[in-house]
Amino acid sequence: MPVLLPLVVSSLLFGIGVYIVLARRHAVLVLMGVELMLNAVNLNLVAFDAYWHDVLDSGQVLALYVIAIAAAEIGLGLAIVLLVYRSHRHIDLDQLRELADRDDADYPRDSSGVAS
Amino acid sequence: MNGVEVLVVGLGVVAVGSALLVATSSHLVHCALWLVVTLGSLAGIYLLLAAEFVAWVQVLIYLGAVVVLLLFALMLTRAPTGPLDDLTGPSRVVGVVVGAATAAVLVTTFALGFGDARIDIGPGDIGSAGAVGATLFGSWVLAFEVLSVVLLAALIGAIVISRRPETPVGER
Repeated sequence: MPVLLPLVVSSLLFGIGVYIVLARRHAVLVLMGVELMLNAVNLNLVAFDAYWHDVLDSGQVLALYVIAIAAAEIGLGLAIVLLVYRSHRHIDLDQLRELADRDDADYPRDSSGVAS
Repeated sequence: MNGVEVLVVGLGVVAVGSALLVATSSHLVHCALWLVVTLGSLAGIYLLLAAEFVAWVQVLIYLGAVVVLLLFALMLTRAPTGPLDDLTGPSRVVGVVVGAATAAVLVTTFALGFGDARIDIGPGDIGSAGAVGATLFGSWVLAFEVLSVVLLAALIGAIVISRRPETPVGER
């Protein structure tokens, strides 16, 4: 089979993952987009493993590592999402702006320099 | 076009189509369920690429664990099961442009670099559990051990983050 076949599928999946991460507002959906991107990478690794006839199975072993890292990432990510939900009662990413880079003019500081 | 290629094209269309539904659906739970379809068809492509063990790990970890975790998170954050019209933010146009540009750059790069390359799967390429396990615990064992520590750290971190703050007795 042409090696381009799985590569095009993985490229499209990666593009869709990028769109989900950029455009969606729900934190769990953003995590789904990250999972899609990681899976696109896995597909590339497996396809090139088959293409190069790797005697060490590097592509497949690295895909297994990526799957394990993704499991760790999703566990931590969902724990953070639950913590944010507990403190804000919502997980709308567009409204979570405590860490945003603000203009000083919009948020006058008190004498100690702390933004009010 | 032989049978394997037809199957890969079909599974790829299913994977990309359901990924598009994940990106556009207005039901949160539907998004998680379409993600199952995407990940499952990717497992099928892994099987056709002779990565047998990776395919089963994909089914076990992704379809079994990750999607269930995502559904748990949706339930615990009281996600409504009805349609929501504000799931996509104001950066939708930017997202479409950047996502399409990323996919276009990747496809162009692959087409120029591997336009006429072919995968010929021989009997030595089949990544059965035995073959992958032998290399995993042979050449790759150091990274494997490091990964176990990473997983342990992530486990402890998730417990510490999601633990409720201790409140003294009688203050509830």
